[in-house]
Amino acid sequence: MKDVFIIGAGQTPVGEHWGLGLRELGAAAIRAALDDAGFDAESDSVDALFVGNMLGGAVNGQENLGALLADAAGLLPVEAWKIEAACASGGAAVRAAALSVAAGAHGVVVAVGIEKMTDAVSDRLAAGLASASDGDFEASHGLSFTALSALLMRRYMHETGASREDFAPFAINAHASAAQNANAMFREPISIDDFLRSPLVAAPIGILDAAPVCDGAAAVVLCSREALAPHHRPIRIAAAAGATDTIGLAGRADLLTLGAARSSADKAYAASGFGPKDIHFFEAHDAFTIITALSLEACGFAPRGEALKRAAHGCFAAGGCVPLSTCGGLKGRGHPVGASGTYQIVEATAQLRGAAGANQVQGARVALTQSIGGHGSIAVTHVLEG
Amino acid sequence: MRPNRDVGIAGYGAYVPRLRVRTADISATWRGRGGAAPAVAEKSVPGPDEDVVTMAIEAARTALDRAGLEPDSIGAVWVGTESKPYAVKPSATIVAEALGITPYTVAADMEFACKAGSEAMQAAVAFVGSGMVEAALAIGMDTAQSKPGDALEYTAGCGGAAYLFAPAERSLAVVEASVSHVTDTPDFFRRETAHYPEHGSRFTGEPSYFRHTLAASRRLLAEVDLAPTDFAHAVFHQPVPKFVEKAGATLGFTREQIRTGLVAPRMGNAYAGSSLLGLAAVLDVATPGDRIFFCSYGSGAGSDAFCFRITERIEENRHGATVLDYLERRRLVDGYGQYLRLRGKIRTA
Repeated sequence: MKDVFIIGAGQTPVGEHWGLGLRELGAAAIRAALDDAGFDAESDSVDALFVGNMLGGAVNGQENLGALLADAAGLLPVEAWKIEAACASGGAAVRAAALSVAAGAHGVVVAVGIEKMTDAVSDRLAAGLASASDGDFEASHGLSFTALSALLMRRYMHETGASREDFAPFAINAHASAAQNANAMFREPISIDDFLRSPLVAAPIGILDAAPVCDGAAAVVLCSREALAPHHRPIRIAAAAGATDTIGLAGRADLLTLGAARSSADKAYAASGFGPKDIHFFEAHDAFTIITALSLEACGFAPRGEALKRAAHGCFAAGGCVPLSTCGGLKGRGHPVGASGTYQIVEATAQLRGAAGANQVQGARVALTQSIGGHGSIAVTHVLEG
Repeated sequence: MRPNRDVGIAGYGAYVPRLRVRTADISATWRGRGGAAPAVAEKSVPGPDEDVVTMAIEAARTALDRAGLEPDSIGAVWVGTESKPYAVKPSATIVAEALGITPYTVAADMEFACKAGSEAMQAAVAFVGSGMVEAALAIGMDTAQSKPGDALEYTAGCGGAAYLFAPAERSLAVVEASVSHVTDTPDFFRRETAHYPEHGSRFTGEPSYFRHTLAASRRLLAEVDLAPTDFAHAVFHQPVPKFVEKAGATLGFTREQIRTGLVAPRMGNAYAGSSLLGLAAVLDVATPGDRIFFCSYGSGAGSDAFCFRITERIEENRHGATVLDYLERRRLVDGYGQYLRLRGKIRTA
C-alpha cells in the first residue's frame, strides 16, 4: 500500500447554523480544505470526493450527498459518494478516501464529514440517531441513544464503584479546550459545580456528560507521495483501521469492552508501529463521558475500569501524559454526528503542524483519533504523524 | 409606512382573566422537583365563562368608552387571535354585534400567530388613514394554546387589548410610522387536524423572534430617524421576559424603557394579546409628548413595529380599569388539575 498524506484541512464553525443547509456547510468545508492545500482550480484536479454523513436521509430528506456536495463545491464531474457508519461516518470517510489513494487508484481526494442536525425537532432527531442501534431489539423498544449510553455508564459505575462526579474531568477538560477554539460551539469553561448541578438527561447521564446536537462540516485533502508539492505541509496517515462489534449491547460478552474500538486501535497500532506510549495526544469520541472512558481503555491508555482514576490524576488534561480532546472534543467543540470523525482529523492536523494556537500540545508529533458509532458497534481509528 | 391622513389611537382597553396558575404546579407534574425555575412564576387562565370573544368584548367596551365614540361611527372590526372559539365562523361578528357596531361594518378575524393583533392595527391605520372609515377597532386577544407538558405550557397565558383607531385629532396617541417585516419561517405552527401547536425549540429564538423583531425595529428607527433614547417606553412581544430584555438591549433600549410594558412576568405570554397588553400598560402611565416604540412578533414569521406620539388627550381618555388593575386582580386556581379542567384538557367523553 502506498503512503497517504493530509495536505489540506478545513472546517466550518460548529453550532446551530439555522441559515445554512448541507450544500453551504459542505461546500464551505471542502473549499477551505482545498484552499489550505493550495489547490489551484485551473491546474489541479480532485480525483474523488468521499462524504461522511449519518442523518441526511432521516433528518434532511436528502441522500445522494456525493452529487449534492460535488456540485456545491464546484467539483463536478468528480467521482463521489456517501459513507455511512453512524457516528463514525466522518472517520470512515477519511479511511475510505485514504484507501483509494493507498491502492493507487487516485492521486488527490477529498473526504468531508457533514451533519445538519437542526433541521429536525427533537423526536425525529432522536429517532434518526436511534437508527444506529439495533432496530429490532433496541430502538423499536424505545431505547434512545442517550438511554443506551446510560446503561453502559450505570454498568461502569456498578463494576468500578465510580460516582457521577468521577466522570467530570472529561467534560471540564473538553470545555476548557473548546473555550480556546474559535470553531467550537461551547466557548465557556465549566466547573465541577456546574457539572454536578446540571440536570439529568437519562440517569446517570447529566446534560454536561453529553455532547450537543449541532451542525458542521469538516474536510481533508489527501494525496499520494507522488502528488506532494513543495508548498504542502503534509501530515502522514501512519495507519488507520476500522472494525465492528455486535450492533446490540445484549450480544456483547463484556459490556465494558468496546470491541470494535479495541480491535481498530490494535490494528492501527500494529500497522503504524506505534503503541499507546508513543501517542502525544488523543482525539477521543467523547459523545458521552462514559464513551470517553471506554475509548481510552480500548486504546490502551488505561486498563479496563481504570480510566477515571487516571483522569482524576490529570493524565488526560492539557499538559498530562496523553492530552485528550485538545480542541474541545465532541463535548465542547460539538458533535455534528457524521462530521465529528473528520473534525478530529482536521484538529489533529492543526496540532501536528503546530498551528493549534492556545490549545497547542507542545512537541506533538504522533496523534491518535478514534471515531465510534452505535455504542461501539463500529469504530475507525487513525494514527497520524507530523 | 404612513397613511394618507394622520391616524391615532382614540381609545384603548385591556383584559386579563382573574385566574392564575402557578408554573411551579405545572413543573411539579411534569418535571418533578429540583429542575430549573420556569421563566414566569404564574400565568393567566380563562375562567369557565371566558373565551376570546367575551374577553375581546370586555376590552373593546373599555376602548369605546374611553374614546367617547358612538358604535355606529366604527366601520371595521378585526379580532387577531390564534384561539378562536369557532374553527370556522368569525369571532369579529360576535364582538361587533355585542358592541352595537353591526351591520354596516367590515369584520373579520386575523390569523398570524402572535402578530395577529398588530396585523389588525396595521389594517385599522390603513382603513382610517385612507378615509374609507372614520374609526376602526383592532383587537389582539388570546387564550393561548399549548400542549400539556410542553415548554410552552409554562408561559402560554390569556388576555389582550383593543385599540380604536381614528383620525389624529381625536387621538390620545398618534401613529408616526409603522413597518411590517415578514418571511416564511416555520418556527411554530399547528396543522389543521392537530390538537396542539408544535415548535422548533431554539429555532424560535435567533432565526425567528430576534431576526424579525430586530429587523422591523431597526427599519422603523431608520424610517422615523429617531434613536432609542428618543423614546419614553419600548414594548415588544413577550414570549419570555428574557427575550424582551435581550432584544431591547441589542437595540439600545434601557431596562427602564422596557419595564412598564413588560407584563409577561405576571401573566405569561398572551400570544396575539401580548404586545398589545404591553402597549396598554404603557399608555396607562404615558404623558403628553412621550414617544412610544412598539414591536410585535408572530411566528411564521414577522413583526409589526409602530412609532406612537402621545397627545394632550391622554389624560381624559384613559379612565377605567388599567392593565395593572387586571394584573393585581388575581386568584390562584387549585393546582394543575383545576387548570386542566378550566382549559378543557380533561377528556370526559
